[in-house]
Amino acid sequence: MTSLVPLVVLAPLLGAAITLTLAGRPRIQRLIAVAVLAGVAVLGGVLLVLVDLHGTLVMQVGGWAAPFGIALVVDRLSALLVAVSAIVLLAVLLFSVGQGLADGHDETPVSIYYPSYLILAAGVFTAFIAGDLFNLYVGFEIVLVASYVLITLGGSESRIRVGQTYIVVSLVSSMLFLTSIAMLYGATGTVNLAHLALRIAELPEGTQIVLHVMLLLGFGVKSAVFPLSFWLPDSYPTAPAPVTAVFAGLLTKIGVYAIIRTETLLFPGPELNAVLLVVASLTMLVGILGAIAQTDLKRMLSFTLVSHIGYLIFGVGLGSAVGTAATIYYIVHHIVVQTTLFLATGLVERIGGTTSLRRLGGLLQASPLVAVLFFIPALNLGGIPPFSGFLGKLGLFQAGAENGTPLAWVGIGVGALVSLLTLYALIRAWSLAFWRPRPEPIAAGAPETGSLSLTTVDAQTSVVEVVRPGGGAGAAGASPSGVVRAAGPGSPSSTGPESPASAEAADRAVPTRDDARRAVGAHPSTRGKRRGAAPTLLVGATAGMVLVSVALTIGAGPLYELAERAGQSLESSSYISAVFPDGVPGIGDGTATEGGSHG
Amino acid sequence: MSLSLVLLITMAVLFACGVYLMLEKSMTRVLLGFLLVGNATNLLILSMAGVPGGAPIADGADGATTDPLPQALALTAIVITFGVSAFLLALIYRSWKLGRPDEVEVDEADVAVRTEGVPEEELDGDTRAGDSEFADETGGADAVPDEHEVGDDASDPDPGPAPDPRSASTEEATR
Repeated sequence: MTSLVPLVVLAPLLGAAITLTLAGRPRIQRLIAVAVLAGVAVLGGVLLVLVDLHGTLVMQVGGWAAPFGIALVVDRLSALLVAVSAIVLLAVLLFSVGQGLADGHDETPVSIYYPSYLILAAGVFTAFIAGDLFNLYVGFEIVLVASYVLITLGGSESRIRVGQTYIVVSLVSSMLFLTSIAMLYGATGTVNLAHLALRIAELPEGTQIVLHVMLLLGFGVKSAVFPLSFWLPDSYPTAPAPVTAVFAGLLTKIGVYAIIRTETLLFPGPELNAVLLVVASLTMLVGILGAIAQTDLKRMLSFTLVSHIGYLIFGVGLGSAVGTAATIYYIVHHIVVQTTLFLATGLVERIGGTTSLRRLGGLLQASPLVAVLFFIPALNLGGIPPFSGFLGKLGLFQAGAENGTPLAWVGIGVGALVSLLTLYALIRAWSLAFWRPRPEPIAAGAPETGSLSLTTVDAQTSVVEVVRPGGGAGAAGASPSGVVRAAGPGSPSSTGPESPASAEAADRAVPTRDDARRAVGAHPSTRGKRRGAAPTLLVGATAGMVLVSVALTIGAGPLYELAERAGQSLESSSYISAVFPDGVPGIGDGTATEGGSHG
Repeated sequence: MSLSLVLLITMAVLFACGVYLMLEKSMTRVLLGFLLVGNATNLLILSMAGVPGGAPIADGADGATTDPLPQALALTAIVITFGVSAFLLALIYRSWKLGRPDEVEVDEADVAVRTEGVPEEELDGDTRAGDSEFADETGGADAVPDEHEVGDDASDPDPGPAPDPRSASTEEATR
C-alpha cells in the first residue's frame, strides 16, 4: 500500500518527461497529460479511502528509517488535498485543451505548456505528501519554477512585466523559508516533521517563537495573507485563463496547507493564535474591499481569493480540532469554487472579448449557459445557504463561537460581513456582465487589448480589416491609421476610453467611425460567430467543475465528517506515532542537537 | 555551538548587500541581489552543521565527524538557485528584447483604478513614462507604421501633437 504513495509524484514527473520528448506531437502530449492526471485523481481517491480506513501511510524512501531517511507521509488531510487538487488539475487541463492553448497558437509555445503543467502538478503533490520540511521546500520550489514558466507563457510584454513581480516575491519567500529551515536545523538537528515536532517542544519559548514567526512569514507570502498579499492581484490576472484558474485554486492553498502543518504539528501551542486571528480578519476585510473597487473581472476575483484566504487562516488560528476541521472543509470548497469561477471567467472572456466590466454586457442573451455556470459558483462563494460555501462558513463560525474569545467573535463578525460583501461584489459583476444590455458603441468597435486571448485578437483584426476600406472611401481627412486609432483598441495603459489621444482620434474619424459601425453591422458574422460558439470542451470542463462544487454540497455530510476526523488526527499525535512506529529514536544527529540546546 | 566567525561575518555582509540590491528597480540588480542572498543562506545552512573540519560520513582520523545533512541541503539549494537564476536571466533578456528597460514597473491596472474619475490634466506624467519609451523603441524597429504616421500628420489639416506615441503602440497592439 505504501508503494502507492510516491506514485502520485512519479506519474506526473514521468508524464512531463514524455510530453517534453514528444514536443512536436500535441495530440499525444494532450493524451498523456490527461491520462496521467486522471490516473493521479483515481490514485488520490484510493489513497483517501485507504488512509481513512487504515490510518496514516508512511513511505520511508530507500528503506532508511525516519529521522535519517526522507519520509513521505499521507494522512487524511494530505490524501484529501491530493485527490481534490488532482480533480481540479484535470478539469483545468481539459479546459486548456479545449481552449486550444496548446495547438499552434502564436502566443503560446506549444511544447512547453504540458510539461510545465505536469511539473506543477508534481510539485503540488510533493508538497502535500512531504513528511520532511526540506522536502516541502523542494515541493514549493518545483511548483514555483513551473509557475514562473506558466505565468510568463508566450513572453508577451504584459506577462513579462507581471511575471517579474511574481517571481521576485516568490524568490524572497523561498529564501525566507530556506533560512528558517536552516535555523530550525541549527536549533533541533533534524528536518523530519515528526522529529521536529518532538524536539521543538523541548526548546526555550523565545527560540520557539522566533522560529515560528519565520516559518509563518515564508508561508504567509505564498498563501497571500494580508500584509503579504499585495503581489497576488497584480500577477494572477494576466496569465492565460486556465493558468490563472489553477494558480488561484491551488498555489495559495499549498501555503495554507503548510500553515496548517506548522500550527498543528510543529508549533501546536497557542502563542501566536491571537496574531493569526487578527491577521485573518484583516485579510478578509482588505481583500474584499479591494475586490469591490475593481472593474476587471479577473482582478476582482483575485481580490476575493485573497479575502477568502482570511477564512482559512481564521480557522487555523482558532487552534482547536473543530476549527481545523472547518478549515479543511473550507479549503476543499474554496479550491473547487475559485477555480470554477476563473474558468467561467475564461468563458466570459472568450464570448465577450474582454473581462472589463465596463465593456461587458448582454451575455445572458449571448450565452445563457455561461451565465448559469458563473452564477452558481458566485452564489457558492458568497455563502448562500444551500451551497458548500455556506456550510464551510457555518462550520468556521461554530468553531469560533466554541472558542469564545473576543477576537474569535470579532472574526465571526468580520466573516459574516465579508461574506455579504463578497456576494455584493460577485452579483454586481454578474449583473453588469450578463444582465444589462450590451453597451453599444465602444464595445462594438473596440474590444479591450488587455485580454490576450486568441479570440480577441482575431476579432480586432477582423474589425480593423472591415473598417479600412470604409475609411478610404470616407472623408479625406481620415487616413487608414486614423481609422486604426478609432476602431482599434486603446493602448494597454489607456484602459479608460476617455484618454485624449483616442478621443481626438475619434473626433477626427467621426464619419469613418459611422461607416465602421455600419460595416460591422453589415458583417454580423465577424463577431456574431465568436460570441455564440464556446466550444463544447470548454463549457464541459467548466460545467464539470460546477457539478463538483454542487457535489461538495450534496456530499457535505460525509465530507465534513471526514474533515472532522482529519482535524482530530491532526490535533492528536497520530502523525508522530505513524512516522516512528517503533518508538522515537533516542539518538539523533548528536553534534547539532547538543549545539542547539546550548545555543 | 561553535561557529566560524569568518563565515558568520561573510554571511552577514552577503545578506546585507543582497537585500540592498533586491530593493533596486533594475531586474539585473535584483538578480545579483538574489544570488548574494542565496549564497548567504547556503553559508547559514553550512554553519548550522556544528563543528567543521571532520569527514562527513566515515569517522575521521580523530573520530570527529561533521554532520553531512547540511551539506546535502546546501547542494540542493545551490542547484535550485542556479536553475532559477538561469530563468531570471532569460526573463531579463526577453524583457530587454521587448524594448523596455529591465525595471520592475508600476502595475497598469492599479493605475487605472487609482486614476479613475480623475480629469486627465490632473494626472502627473509619471504614470505613463514607461509607455512612451516603449513606443519609441517599436517605432524605431519597425519602419512601416512610421511612414504612415508621418503621412497622416502631414495631410491632416489640424495636426495633433505630432508623432503621437500612443498611436504607435496602438498599432502594435492591433497587429
